[in-house]
Amino acid sequence: MSYADLVVFALKALTGHRLRTALSMVGVSIGVAAVIVLTALGEGARRYVTEQFASLGSNLVIVIPGKTETSGALPGMGGAAHDLTVEDAITVRRMMPEVRAVVPISMGTEFVSHGDRRRQVPIAGTINEFLETRELHVLHGEFLPKGEWDRGAPIVVLGNKLGHELFPGEDPVGQVVRVGDARLRVIGVLDKAGSHMGMNADEIAYVPVATGLSLFNRASLFRIILKAGAHTDIEPTKKRVIAILTERHNEEDVTVLTQDAVIATFSSILTVLTLAISGIAAISLSVAGIGIMNVMLVSVSERTSEIGLLKALGAHRRQILAAFLTEAVALSAAGGVVGLVIGAAVVRLAVRLYPTLPASPPWWAVAAAMVVAVAVGAIFGVLPARRATRLDAVAALGRR
Amino acid sequence: MIQLEGIGRTYEVGGRPLYALKDINEHIKTGEHVAIMGPSGSGKSTLLNLVGCLDRPTTGSYKLDGREVSGLDDDQLSEVRRHHIGFIFQSYHLVPRLDAAANVELPMVFAGVARNERRERARRALASVGMAERADHKPNQLSGGERQRVAIARATVMGPRVLLADEPTGNLDTSSGGQVLDLLGRMNKDGLTLVVVTHDPGVARRADRVLVLVDGRIARRFAPEEVTALAAMLNAPK
Repeated sequence: MSYADLVVFALKALTGHRLRTALSMVGVSIGVAAVIVLTALGEGARRYVTEQFASLGSNLVIVIPGKTETSGALPGMGGAAHDLTVEDAITVRRMMPEVRAVVPISMGTEFVSHGDRRRQVPIAGTINEFLETRELHVLHGEFLPKGEWDRGAPIVVLGNKLGHELFPGEDPVGQVVRVGDARLRVIGVLDKAGSHMGMNADEIAYVPVATGLSLFNRASLFRIILKAGAHTDIEPTKKRVIAILTERHNEEDVTVLTQDAVIATFSSILTVLTLAISGIAAISLSVAGIGIMNVMLVSVSERTSEIGLLKALGAHRRQILAAFLTEAVALSAAGGVVGLVIGAAVVRLAVRLYPTLPASPPWWAVAAAMVVAVAVGAIFGVLPARRATRLDAVAALGRR
Repeated sequence: MIQLEGIGRTYEVGGRPLYALKDINEHIKTGEHVAIMGPSGSGKSTLLNLVGCLDRPTTGSYKLDGREVSGLDDDQLSEVRRHHIGFIFQSYHLVPRLDAAANVELPMVFAGVARNERRERARRALASVGMAERADHKPNQLSGGERQRVAIARATVMGPRVLLADEPTGNLDTSSGGQVLDLLGRMNKDGLTLVVVTHDPGVARRADRVLVLVDGRIARRFAPEEVTALAAMLNAPK
């Protein structure tokens, strides 16, 4: 029996029983499609969370004034023995040349107005390197000038949305806005950036750090952000910055967070999400597998007499099994491909309805769905055939 | 052609042996036409299985055309069936999705005969049973008698020496049954050894000899002259 004859025989068996073939294929494709859709949604959720954290920037070490152990208050909530000052930041910058950026940030909320348009927004006092550290981009004009640590120039850079709201249809660059009692010249507008963990970068006004501190009449920074050169530098950077600040303040009164710590906290969430997706995939795969199994068992059991006949006609057991294997693989592979197409279509629809969810099936789920569909189809297409070849052929043929 | 000596077939049923066939000794000569009769459960099917090389005897020796086949393995038995034995059945067992020609080609597909030769041989086999015109009909487009004739073409297309028929006319009316039996008779005249299992005395009387199986043993043998006498009696008008 040539291979071509085998394939022709198997395909004729499939096309000769259209309803049975169609039902089997529906069974297989629903299983595969379910795996694709469910894992795509799960993976979408996981990626959404991951991207939110990635948007914080990378390799960051964050210094916050105050320490839970010394003040009893939550870090950043006041009660610090010593202020975290611009001078601290300058010292850290000078003593740690290996760090890619040291960015002081002051924070306050104030009214920003132009003509009769007023918005109450967060005012971030910072320096030029903030842009790179937060991975923001200038749309028009420029960001705060480089190297200005202690000069409080009367300038401001507007977040994208803020710029649009204060200057609808106009170019804000070169214009003057009032921030509290001060008049600041707009030197740039940022590109759209979206939300970063609840803080919308598009609604913030950025001023030089000295300007920010004098606007609110404060001495203490909100925090200092250090950008380490590489992931492996994070731990040494953290130790060194604590040492420097402890020496300046005569006690350890700052809290240092690394993004590692943040990510470690959330990586447990990600692990749970990944496990959940795997669970979903496993359940839908086994449901799909059982469906395929039933379909194949029924369709082959119906053909016991055909197998008896083939035996009587002198077909070897191997030939009969090869024919049923080819048929089962062709059927389940075709069903699997149809399932992939259906699954992909449903995922596309979901993405169109909810664009923020980056739903797409992980490659391993696609591969596992196909492998399980074909393997289960093949096994349960061949097992009953194998049993049937062992049956008493005359008895099998006696059945009508 | 078929030499059975001391053939026994035992099945294990619930740990106890069940004797389906006991001490069968029979010699069917080349070109003979033999009918096997007997009540249900008498071992007819088991005997047909053994003669057709679908099963192996527990004891005894079976020589087919002088060759001992009782010790062959599955693949060797498949080869024997493929080239030496043709089967026909009460319910025809044509593959419903294949047309008449493709059904006749089926044993040649498994034997690895090339496509063009298959076509030609299937065409000739169908012509020999008077079905050349209906080669492209599916089984459900054929009458019962026509289906059985296609099945006979399929059973003989590999050129077997022995044809085994299990109730070949069981599902047919008298007229188409008669045609099928005439066809089998003609093939037998041309030298094909024919073994027919039947309940129908009207079928059995066409045979040269009749064996009656009871409880796994050959209980009676009717010699050719007895069968002729029986046939004459059955044909005799009241």
